[in-house]
Amino acid sequence: MDELWSGYLLPGGIIVAQILALLVPLLVIVAFLTLFERKVMAAMQLRLGPNVVGPFGILQPFADALKMIFKETIIPTGANKVIFLAAPMLTFILAMIAWAVIPVGAGLVIANINVGVLYLFAISSLGVYGIVMAGWSSNSRYPFLAALRSASQMVSYEVSMGFIIISVLLCVGSLNLSKIVEAQRTVWFALPLFPMFIIFFISTLAETNRHPFDLPEAESELVAGYQVEYSSMSFGLFMLGEYANMILMCGMTTVLFLGGWLAPYPLPTPVWMGPFWFALKVTLLLFVFIWVRATLPRYRYDQLMRLGWKVFLPFSLAWLVLTAAVLVYFDLAPKTVM
Amino acid sequence: MQALLAEYLPILLFLGIAVGLALVMILVSIIAAKQRPEAEKLSPYECGFEPFDDSRKQFDVRFYLVAILFIIFDLEVAFLFPWAVTLGEIGVVGFWSMMVFLGVLTVGFIYEWKKGALEWE
Repeated sequence: MDELWSGYLLPGGIIVAQILALLVPLLVIVAFLTLFERKVMAAMQLRLGPNVVGPFGILQPFADALKMIFKETIIPTGANKVIFLAAPMLTFILAMIAWAVIPVGAGLVIANINVGVLYLFAISSLGVYGIVMAGWSSNSRYPFLAALRSASQMVSYEVSMGFIIISVLLCVGSLNLSKIVEAQRTVWFALPLFPMFIIFFISTLAETNRHPFDLPEAESELVAGYQVEYSSMSFGLFMLGEYANMILMCGMTTVLFLGGWLAPYPLPTPVWMGPFWFALKVTLLLFVFIWVRATLPRYRYDQLMRLGWKVFLPFSLAWLVLTAAVLVYFDLAPKTVM
Repeated sequence: MQALLAEYLPILLFLGIAVGLALVMILVSIIAAKQRPEAEKLSPYECGFEPFDDSRKQFDVRFYLVAILFIIFDLEVAFLFPWAVTLGEIGVVGFWSMMVFLGVLTVGFIYEWKKGALEWE
């Protein structure tokens, strides 16, 4: 009994507590991100935004959540019911589990695996399935078209994202995310790899189907894209997943380019300041996400594909080769074996 | 091996919790909300039209093309991962062998570009 307690239950309990300590704030942040988005957009358009529920509309996300729960779950007659319900769950689950490897502070990571980047890359690739499943199983025209569009869009931008991640890895020599952050003590990778940072950020916009690449949703032509047939909490899970994905992508950008939890000044900082700096950087990136949405018009589909395949792909490939060449010929490549 | 697997235990637990959370959220909504299905309500949405046939029809072949191109380039990225991590060890020789590989792929890329595989009018 003693062995069971100290060998399995206690460590397991600690891990579960850690997971909840990450998951609960994350869900609250996702809820408030919706409010943040509406408020920022409103301010940019000289409106007030939600301001009725609670002081300054602070309780709006909870009102939205309650409303979603008490709506009828509609499953269309022609739909494949299991896949139809599994799609939003998959989107949500993937957006959550990717957080397992994101270090929010020095040593503050749930699973410090040595192939962290590969894990993130794999999980974010799987995101396409949620949308394709939703579009296919709905058996309705708009979701179907949107799913096709969305799949090829996400897939197109993933390639250049892959190249960009590789060029960061070249500078680090490790796939561990904590090591990637530690490698940025002298200089954040956003500076030496500046063009890559910009392309990565734009690609994350396309990966999360955000403006100006929100063709899968395109309210004015596809109504709401792959979410047309969804209602109630199955729609809510899509929303949660999408916003959690936004935060995840900003977190990824922060870890890869903006020094993760490191402070912007070279003085020693206490460990508890790590999550603060991390959150601050992520918030700034999220603000830019919303700023872009309030500013730019939507791309046309051919422009989107041209940007992905004919601009970003060759450019990131060329920059990758350049980075590697500089590292090899100036003998700067990290020599640590993992 | 044991230690390596133990590193992945938190991810497994995380997965379990996330799946449970998603299930609970959907189930709570189904139980808490009044379900009143009705033929019109459950018919697929088509801007007020009666949907007259199955919506899963032929679609543009270019979507397949993009998918195939993606597989090629994603595999390339997968090949680059180990190379990128060990570049400091393998030095100039490693660098040039990868350049040969990338060169072959670039030729393919130029070919498909010239063939118009990337055109969307």
